[in-house]
Formats: sequence, C-alpha cells, structure tokens
Amino acid sequence: MFKIFKPNKIFLISSKAPKYVLFLFIIVLSIGLTEALFLSPEDYKQSHSVRIMYVHVPSAWISLGIFSIIALLSLGSFIFKNKNFSLICKSLAPSGFVFNIIALVTGSIWGKPTWGTWWAWDARITSMLVLALFYGMYLLSWRIFEDKGQVIKITSIIAILGAINIPIIKFSVDWWSTLHQNSSVNLLSETSIHPSMLLPLAIMTAAFALFSILIFLMKYNTELIKIKNRGLNRL
Amino acid sequence: MINEIILMKGYGLYVWSAFSFTLLCFGSLFLVIKLQLTKEQKRFVYKFGSLDFEKVKKAKSQNTNKEILANTLRSKI
Repeated sequence: MFKIFKPNKIFLISSKAPKYVLFLFIIVLSIGLTEALFLSPEDYKQSHSVRIMYVHVPSAWISLGIFSIIALLSLGSFIFKNKNFSLICKSLAPSGFVFNIIALVTGSIWGKPTWGTWWAWDARITSMLVLALFYGMYLLSWRIFEDKGQVIKITSIIAILGAINIPIIKFSVDWWSTLHQNSSVNLLSETSIHPSMLLPLAIMTAAFALFSILIFLMKYNTELIKIKNRGLNRL
Repeated sequence: MINEIILMKGYGLYVWSAFSFTLLCFGSLFLVIKLQLTKEQKRFVYKFGSLDFEKVKKAKSQNTNKEILANTLRSKI
C-alpha cells in the first residue's frame, strides 16, 4: 500500500535532490531578503519593525506545518506499522524545532518595539513555547532510548499528544484576549495584508519551505546510511 | 541612503538582529546536518572497503549501497 514510502525509493530522489534544492533555496532566499529588507514598504503604524514579520511568520507557519505532518505520520506508523514513517518524522523534526525557536526569538525581538516587552505569558506565545517543548521532548527521545520499537512508540505518543496543541496555537488569538494580533493572512476568508507586503511574505515562506526540504533530505540520507552501515556489519 | 537602510528609523537593531539570528540558525543547522551526513558516508565507505570479495559482491547487489558509494564520491552536499 505504501510502496512509494519505501526507503530505497525515497533514497533514489533524496540522494540527488539536495544540490538542486540548495541552489533553488539560495536564489529564492536572495530575492526574498531583497524584497523583505529593501523593497517592501514600511508599515504606517509599526514603521520598519514590520520587516521582522518576514522571518517570524514563515518560521511559525513551517514549524506548525512540520509538527502537523509528524503527528499525522506518527499516527500512520501506529496504525499501519510502517517504520519508514517514523524515519521521515525523525528527519523532519530538527528543522521544525529550529523554525519554532526562530519564531519565538524573532517574535520576542518584534515584541520589544511593538508591545514594549520582550516576553508576555500570552496564549499564542505560551502555546508556541509548549510546541517547542514537545519538539524538544521528541528529539531527546530519539537520543535517549536505544530500543527501536520503544523509541518509535514513545516519539509517536509525544507527537500525537503534541498535536492537541496545534489548534490551540491556531485559535488562541480568537479564543482568548491576547497581546498577539489576529491572523492577517487567511486561506478561507479575506486577507487583510497589503499585496506589497504579501509578496515578500510569500517569497520568504517559499525560501523557508525549501530550506526545511533541504534539511529533511540531508537528514533522511544520514539516517538511511546509518541503517545501511548496520546492515554492512550483518553481512 | 546607507544610514537609512542600517538605522531604519531606530528599528534597525531589532530588524537586523532578527534577520541575523534567522540566518545564523540556518547556517548552524545546515552545518550540523552536513557534518552528520559526511561522517556516516565516510563510515560507510570505510566499512565497505574492509569487506571481503564475496561480501562486496553481495552488498553491491543492493541499489541503495551503490547509490551511497556513488554519491559519496561525487557529491559536495
């Protein structure tokens, strides 16, 4: 059923793709940075500090997206007993965690000129911190537990439990009165952000997505070669 | 003009530090993952080199092993 997820088949792509993805990432990031730092207009209220949005928002989106994929695949590995799902999850987690940290730190830097404080125990910020803790527990579990069956179970449970936090993060600004603003970019309803700011945001999101794909491919190759190394020992 | 870009009406410190932190994280993560990959590739080549003729034949029958060897020899990423 999941022949497409066979490691050997993925490796055929993942072994060759990184150099092309890296090349594309550098081009898209260069365009994105030029747009974000120099060409996009300043905000009438927040002035130039609005430019932090171009690194903060894509990082938050991608860290949430990656955790959602990890949770779905973990559920899949539980139901279908597909070990490659957990290998994919393990390879996705480092970039998800780093994007989560970037979202928290750049959010804190943005908070100082906008709200006058580096940190507030606000629902959106706190739930993002909880996500970082789940990422941390997930990554640590892969390091701590040695038994493969046990580590797959534990990491899957962490990912599935952590998934409960995803809708909390998304709707925290609607459910509670928060310091954090409501979402300006909506897929289903009208977007309140001006096109001149939406363009650099879209380009930076594409660049960050390419970076997470690059890291995923390299990490997946590393994990697969590790398995093959153990295989050579058994020959 | 350059001063305007650097200072950004007093927000320069915040904007530049946010972008610098992001790029620093990207660079560090890329380096760490690249080092891990290179280490495993080197280990694979070393183990492969220490196999006897029969085992090499058996290992080479697997496409993934051939692919790893080929990539280790030609790839810079």
